[in-house]
Amino acid sequence: MLRFIVRRLLQLIPILLGLSVLLFAWLRALPGGPARAALGERATPEAIARYNELFGLDQPIWVQYLRFLGRALTLDFGSSTQYGRPVTEVFLERFPGTIELTVFAMVFAVGVGIPLGYLAARRYGSFLDSASVVGSLIGVAIPVFFLAYLFRLLFAVELGWLPGSGRQDVRIDATRVTNFYVLDGLLTGEWDAAWDAVLHLILPAIALGTIPLAIIVRITRASVLDVVNEDYVRTANAKGLATSTVRRRHVIRNALLPVSTTIGLQTGLLLSGAVLTETVFAFGGVGLTLRDAITYRDFAVLQGFILMLAVVYVLVNLLVDISYGLLDPRVRAR
Amino acid sequence: MTIESLPPGSSPPGSSPPGSWPDGDAHRTDVPVLEVDDLTVTFTRRGEQATRAVDGISFSVTPGETIGLVGESGCGKSVTSLAVMGLLPRRGVRIGGSVRFDGQELVGADQRRLRALRGADMAMVFQDPLSSLNPVVPIGTQVTEVLLEHRGMSRREAADEATRLLDRVGIPDPTRRLKEYPHQLSGGMRQRALIAMALACSPRLLIADEPTTALDVTIQAQILELLRELVVDSGTALVMITHDLGVVAGLCDRVHVMYAGKIIETADRHELFARPRQPYTGGLLASVPRLDAGRGVPLTPIRGSARDAIPWAEGCAFAPRCDNAQDDCLTEVAGSTVPLEYDGPGRELRCRHPLEHPSVGAGATAAGAAR
Repeated sequence: MLRFIVRRLLQLIPILLGLSVLLFAWLRALPGGPARAALGERATPEAIARYNELFGLDQPIWVQYLRFLGRALTLDFGSSTQYGRPVTEVFLERFPGTIELTVFAMVFAVGVGIPLGYLAARRYGSFLDSASVVGSLIGVAIPVFFLAYLFRLLFAVELGWLPGSGRQDVRIDATRVTNFYVLDGLLTGEWDAAWDAVLHLILPAIALGTIPLAIIVRITRASVLDVVNEDYVRTANAKGLATSTVRRRHVIRNALLPVSTTIGLQTGLLLSGAVLTETVFAFGGVGLTLRDAITYRDFAVLQGFILMLAVVYVLVNLLVDISYGLLDPRVRAR
Repeated sequence: MTIESLPPGSSPPGSSPPGSWPDGDAHRTDVPVLEVDDLTVTFTRRGEQATRAVDGISFSVTPGETIGLVGESGCGKSVTSLAVMGLLPRRGVRIGGSVRFDGQELVGADQRRLRALRGADMAMVFQDPLSSLNPVVPIGTQVTEVLLEHRGMSRREAADEATRLLDRVGIPDPTRRLKEYPHQLSGGMRQRALIAMALACSPRLLIADEPTTALDVTIQAQILELLRELVVDSGTALVMITHDLGVVAGLCDRVHVMYAGKIIETADRHELFARPRQPYTGGLLASVPRLDAGRGVPLTPIRGSARDAIPWAEGCAFAPRCDNAQDDCLTEVAGSTVPLEYDGPGRELRCRHPLEHPSVGAGATAAGAAR
């Protein structure tokens, strides 16, 4: 197992190196180069030359890359032009919001999706089954920003049941410890702040969790339908085991293997920023920050966030692989 | 009787500890453990014509007896075994006729009662040991779950018993193997583990569905020997489902040859091998390679394949492939199936133009003692 993890960690190195090359090349490939991109169309040649000198852009390309790489290794991505603060600092402030949103969205998607997919398979061909198939098709097909606007309009604006923007009511003066608002409230004992943060998470989490929910329903259903026809389930029945034992140990246990992979991959996707959902709900996570960085040409933030999110994504995938190895002994052996 | 009391390994007959079944025929009674009477299994699918996979099969097994259900793939032998165990899906399957275990009717019986019987009184060993074992559950759990379900053991007792069971079926280092997963075992060991699970509660009936098909020849022989030792010698009734006449020759007392969902010939093993009457049986025997045949003598396979079978209602399903077929094997009158009829002591035959043997009937009594 340890060797498996170490091998997978070593495989990260080329992936991240490749990614850094792409990101580095991307900034240089901008029309007119980074200087014109940062200073605008009408920048004077003097200003551009000054900019290039200031940021070392007059150096040979490989020197520039090595310097970029060296700084990236120490998590130094420069300063944000928007916030006037180091990119890493902004990231550490915003990323917890995205993690909270992802956790809530995935709890919703998994908590509803697995039971629903399982029931649909158990009642194969029933109304519930057809409804879940059609529903999950709609869930996948519906654009997330549309759903987000709909939820916000209906539940926040019209009905006023839940807050529809931000991570917390601005009137609450909560103490910040970890930047996980819910966790902060619990740590400091500011229960109302924690509860308010939870309320702010519900609508965006459901909007964001809809696609993973639909995918999990479909995969669970298909997987259960596959597994119930497996020879080992027949063996379990031939042993006269109680129905509950057959379901738990022989059907669900195996059926959840492909589902666990999906859960992991979806979590990775959501963690790397829900730009649309966060924008609709003005939810201050990395998604919203990325959107702002694009709007305000904050290239340092873009570069730094993308690289760090890529690392997160790859690490989540590694966790998925490791957990798969724990769940399926056949993978462990390889 | 419990599994601990089975004679271990290759101990000679008669040396079994007190309380166990002594070897062999002594404990055979004529009261069948399993009686299958006019069993039919029909698969119905929406929008498709119903197919009858098993078409009026009758047979019975007594304690200590081994019967063989023999035939090509698709002849309905596996479906028969699943129907007996009550393992066919309820949806899209119609079961007719009667299956009695110990006199209790199983067709249409309550699922809970079937579950109580399965694994405890009647058990099954399947064809492909790898796919028949749960890949993500350790062997040990898969053995102990039967014991916990039916024998009310504690976890510790069940673990000890599982070790003994694996040892009994000849798996070396059982304590270690219990912690391993199916993919870590060899094919032969997997089948031994499945047999251990089937025998865990000392069932009175064991159905083995092609238990050696997926195995190497040397392993096949070991598994058959194991079944003979553990099952036959302990008085368990064994239904052996196979297409392999070698298995039949080595293990079965009585043989039912099946074709297209019906039994077409029944005979004691020796009788069947010496004097096959149904041309299909004759064809099966002739298509087995023989060492004593001269070099270059070609094998004589049966023409065509099981797909060429015609509906029984038109006479004889085997007629299109049969060398002996004559006009009266096929009838225009619907429903006039060639009947299964008495054909000498212990024999039944469904054929209008059977193979003739010079000394037919003379050896019938001698062959009665099949084992």
